[in-house]
Amino acid sequence: MSEHGHPRRGLTDIELKVRALEAILTEKGLVDPRALDAIVEQYETRIGPRNGAAVVARAWTDSAYKARLMSDATAAIAELGYRGLQGENMVVVENTATVHNLVVCTLCSCYPWPVLGLPPVWYKSAPYRSRAVIDPRGVLKEFGIDLSVTTDVRVWDSNAELRYMVLPMRPRGTEGLGAEKLAALVTRDGMIGTASV
Amino acid sequence: MNGLHDMGGMMGFGPIEREAHEPVFHADWERRMFALVSAVGYAVPFNDDHLRREIERTPPAEYLTSTYYELWYRALVSVLEERRAVSREELAGARPRPLPPSVQIGPALAAGKVVAAIAAGASARRDARVPPRFTVGDRVRARDLNPAGHTRLPRYVRGRPGVITRDHGVFSFNDSNARGDGEQPQHVHAVCFAMRDLWGPAASAGDHLYLDLWDDHLEPA
Repeated sequence: MSEHGHPRRGLTDIELKVRALEAILTEKGLVDPRALDAIVEQYETRIGPRNGAAVVARAWTDSAYKARLMSDATAAIAELGYRGLQGENMVVVENTATVHNLVVCTLCSCYPWPVLGLPPVWYKSAPYRSRAVIDPRGVLKEFGIDLSVTTDVRVWDSNAELRYMVLPMRPRGTEGLGAEKLAALVTRDGMIGTASV
Repeated sequence: MNGLHDMGGMMGFGPIEREAHEPVFHADWERRMFALVSAVGYAVPFNDDHLRREIERTPPAEYLTSTYYELWYRALVSVLEERRAVSREELAGARPRPLPPSVQIGPALAAGKVVAAIAAGASARRDARVPPRFTVGDRVRARDLNPAGHTRLPRYVRGRPGVITRDHGVFSFNDSNARGDGEQPQHVHAVCFAMRDLWGPAASAGDHLYLDLWDDHLEPA
């Protein structure tokens, strides 16, 4: 094995297994390799946290949109063209001066794909899934957020059929910025709740 | 099942390891694995509940030492074997045999239909007219259920009191669907639990946990 865990020659065991599975399913007519390429392309280039950032920036700059987002997130997000798999039933929760929201899926990896794309490895990892519900303040501290005792934490364990996105607080000093510049400030972690913006 | 996947509240897993500028996939086989799971359900009858059930059946030591997409491989193969869409022999290199009748429910997802299929989604919301057993403001208790199969009722809330804060409407019930007992559509509610009711007096008094639960997971408190 090389230092990266790959055999010096050829492919790793899992690479060979997945290749064989794809070949069998293709030969049987159950998958089309070009469709697989197209799926990957969507999630690598089209569906990711820039989508969610556009939703956040719109909510920061358009109070009527924000009201729709808070009452029917699925429909409001679809207004911007984001919808579908793992975002069929969306809920948006708002951070305020006195409430901080944090999203986790303790049982697996539920995550709002249309607005955030596929989850990072840490979100699916045992340390985050185990501790986010019992020690959210400790987890937030690890991410650099030291909440005061006057801020309440709401943890959303999204195991069921609803998918959650956090609406972060608009940063101070951004009053003059338009939606596009505001969207550039919004991070993936801000919409999970592990960053302030 | 009371498996290792039900991690909420466990300790000892160490710090959260983050990767700067993390790519969507870390290897080409992960791309193919993700896409296979996304695509094959259009041709073979299986859904996320079946996949989750198989992921949760992974032996604990293997669950912890496998990567995410390795667990997906294991689970997808189990489901496809169960559906008789693939066999161990074929995976070991034997020439693929023709599919038994009725295995395939539709044509393979075509490349030109991928964008529309993703946008259409696969909502578990159902139109069934089922009266809700609880309404917003009701004090409830998560039932102390310990099913051997798949459940969306995590261990850490079982037996604990909470309050209904939102009725999300009627959804297919994953617990029954995963064990082959049908969708049993029913209301899903957001339930608010005080952290102190879950973890004791060391938790902050103002902190809360919200979890969406089905009617069958709840009883009046």
